[in-house]
Amino acid sequence: MEKWRATTNLRRSLKSILNRQLSSVSEFRYLNEKRSCQSSFNLIRDCKSLGQVNAIQHRCFSSASTLVQRNPSFSTLNSDDISYFKGLLGEKSVIQDEDRLETVNTDWMHKYKGSSKLLLLPRSTEEVAQILRYCNSRCLAVVPQGGNTGLVGGSVPVFDEVIVNVSSMTNIISFDKVSGILVCEAGCILENLISFLDNQGFIMPLDLGAKGSCQIGGNVSTNAGGLRLVRYGSLHGNVLGLEAVLANGDVLDMLGTLRKDNTGYDLKHLFIGSEGSLGIVTKVSILTPPKLSSVNIAFLACNDYSSCQKLLMEAKRKLGEILSAFEFLDTEAMNLVLHQLDGVRNPLPASMHNFYILIETTGSDESYNREKLEAFLLSSMEGGLISDGVLAQDINQASSFWRIREGVPEALMKAGAVYKYDLSLPVEKMYDLVDDMRIRLGDLATVVGYGHLGDGNLHLNVSAPEYDDKILEQIEPYVYEWTSKHRGSISAEHGLGLMKANKIYYSKSTETVQTMASIKKLLDPNGILNPYKVLPHSLNS
Amino acid sequence: MKIMVAVKRVVDYAVKIRIKPDKSGVETQNVNMSMNPFCEIALEEALKIKESGLAKEVVAVTMGPSNCVDTLRTGLAMGADRGIHVEAARDLVPLSVAKVLKKLVEVENPGLLILGKQAIDDDCNQTGQMIAALLGWPQGTFASKVVLDKEKQVATVDREVDGGLETLCLDLPAVITTDLRLNQPRYATLPNIMKAKSKPIKRYTPEELNVEIKSGLEVVQVTEPPKRKAGVILSSVDELIDKLKNEAHVI
Repeated sequence: MEKWRATTNLRRSLKSILNRQLSSVSEFRYLNEKRSCQSSFNLIRDCKSLGQVNAIQHRCFSSASTLVQRNPSFSTLNSDDISYFKGLLGEKSVIQDEDRLETVNTDWMHKYKGSSKLLLLPRSTEEVAQILRYCNSRCLAVVPQGGNTGLVGGSVPVFDEVIVNVSSMTNIISFDKVSGILVCEAGCILENLISFLDNQGFIMPLDLGAKGSCQIGGNVSTNAGGLRLVRYGSLHGNVLGLEAVLANGDVLDMLGTLRKDNTGYDLKHLFIGSEGSLGIVTKVSILTPPKLSSVNIAFLACNDYSSCQKLLMEAKRKLGEILSAFEFLDTEAMNLVLHQLDGVRNPLPASMHNFYILIETTGSDESYNREKLEAFLLSSMEGGLISDGVLAQDINQASSFWRIREGVPEALMKAGAVYKYDLSLPVEKMYDLVDDMRIRLGDLATVVGYGHLGDGNLHLNVSAPEYDDKILEQIEPYVYEWTSKHRGSISAEHGLGLMKANKIYYSKSTETVQTMASIKKLLDPNGILNPYKVLPHSLNS
Repeated sequence: MKIMVAVKRVVDYAVKIRIKPDKSGVETQNVNMSMNPFCEIALEEALKIKESGLAKEVVAVTMGPSNCVDTLRTGLAMGADRGIHVEAARDLVPLSVAKVLKKLVEVENPGLLILGKQAIDDDCNQTGQMIAALLGWPQGTFASKVVLDKEKQVATVDREVDGGLETLCLDLPAVITTDLRLNQPRYATLPNIMKAKSKPIKRYTPEELNVEIKSGLEVVQVTEPPKRKAGVILSSVDELIDKLKNEAHVI
């Protein structure tokens, strides 16, 4: 069930929907009872109480602070559509089975649930193109979906959009061993690509905790960041080309494999990070770095946040080119992981420290790199920056360190309700926000801070046994305003999706957003691709 | 009491191994190497015994080419007090290792010799048993629990055997080989890594110890196991019976 919050936008838009029936709103979530409402404020009050009554299986909650309405210009599916798709894709790729739909309608965090009645599994770009051409002509809304591991509700339908899931497109098309350029279809799971490249002596330039399920098409469409960004940079630099299908079924073949190609506007960058709202990515050409033999990883403890910062500065200077990851977690995050996950043990059991840092170095010369890392660690210890630390002696120990850092989101999910925020902030200010939130929330919830310190990216998570509006009130819009004040980004790597669709103004100017809307209108005039997400709802009408 | 622990440098457990093109062995060039996991457990047990006050010193021993010293350094970083490196040009078979260990035991006189039950590269599971026989010492292999009694000078060892757990009482000095569930090896902490740099490592050669390391075994060929063939989906029970009868010849 969903809880609604009123904002000034809401009141404005509510005046226009006052005469609409509640049924159009109820399509968004399951409502057991339909009530007619006389005034906008009754609507809020009734929905709030409905939310409490009907909070059954799903811990559904949306932090969308405006009421989302199903766009009436979208058609509804009919049996002709189903027959067309069956004829186009074959029976096996057209899914209407309730159980399977249940999974694809719900996001990884069980926070957002749509009510799509149709899942399509195309196996080739041509099939995707034909699907979109048809949907565009029928004005059927579409949600592109891959691994469904997104954290902002961008990969699941809001209402009854048709889900176009590329999981069946898993071919690795080519791999050039000399240049390291990999061309593959969008449905390839990241972990599988990593294994494939491992055999060839290369690695993927990105790595994230969701690698077992996330697909490269989705990674590219959301410009996923991850653990190695500090070393290999973002996907904007590593993706050499892609093939995307526009809303009208046109296939844009920009699948270049060239390092340098300055011929015209580089349109692929529009698709990288647009979260499926400008086109469906069907193939990706990506530059992969060679696998270097010497990987070392250290798990360290610091007493306070300023030591963490200084450590980062020292690491960048002293480890320089071999630094490949710099992550941090605070003591609450560590406690949560140790408590909630099996088979995880604290590498530094002597006492609970305030901050934990994970440093990874990757280089080609084992003894040289190890000595460099050891020298850096020892001098940091002598300088008082680190209070304790361990160095992994084999691959298993290294994996166990990563398990701790990568397991934090999973542990948060197991602990109950979680409010997730992903912010880019100046490194000096990052932890101030966590401290502020702790003061604001007091006993209401546990505030956990962790993230990619090397990139200035904080994952601020508020964990509570249950979702509660009182908690949400303390968090939003304070977090966004705080971030905006320090010229940070309200979504460093997670994207906007549905959760932050109306929050873009905290980080981008009005003119910029207007231009974005124009581009969206150009590439997707009917607005069928992933509607209600990324850009503010007010721009859609 | 002094405890001697034998450790071996092997291909890291998590690495995907490949066979050399000439089929003479496993590819070890440019491959991550680390301490044998069972040896780590052995060392951890020795350190635990020392920390409980029942032993004064833990000595780590390894044999092989000069890069084996890395493994000794790991052992020292975990907390061993001294290292001994027996330089040998190539891979040693368990019998040679046992003979060298016998000489080292005569030099060092430990009260307990702990080894991993087997190395993950050759899976021999022979060294511990052989050295016990050569020394005439009692042995407790596949140990999943070790309790020392200093007064009575005995070690009570729970062994993991096929039928369950067997408890043995061994008079010290004794040989113990460790199994997986004995303990969880500690990480090498930075302060210990710092201290390890100044811990002594003594070098020997087999000649100095008067040990003949010539092996009576020759590795003829190493091949991968045959790849699993894909399964076949059958359409009816009749087809299944037909295949079982005529192709697999099992009925």
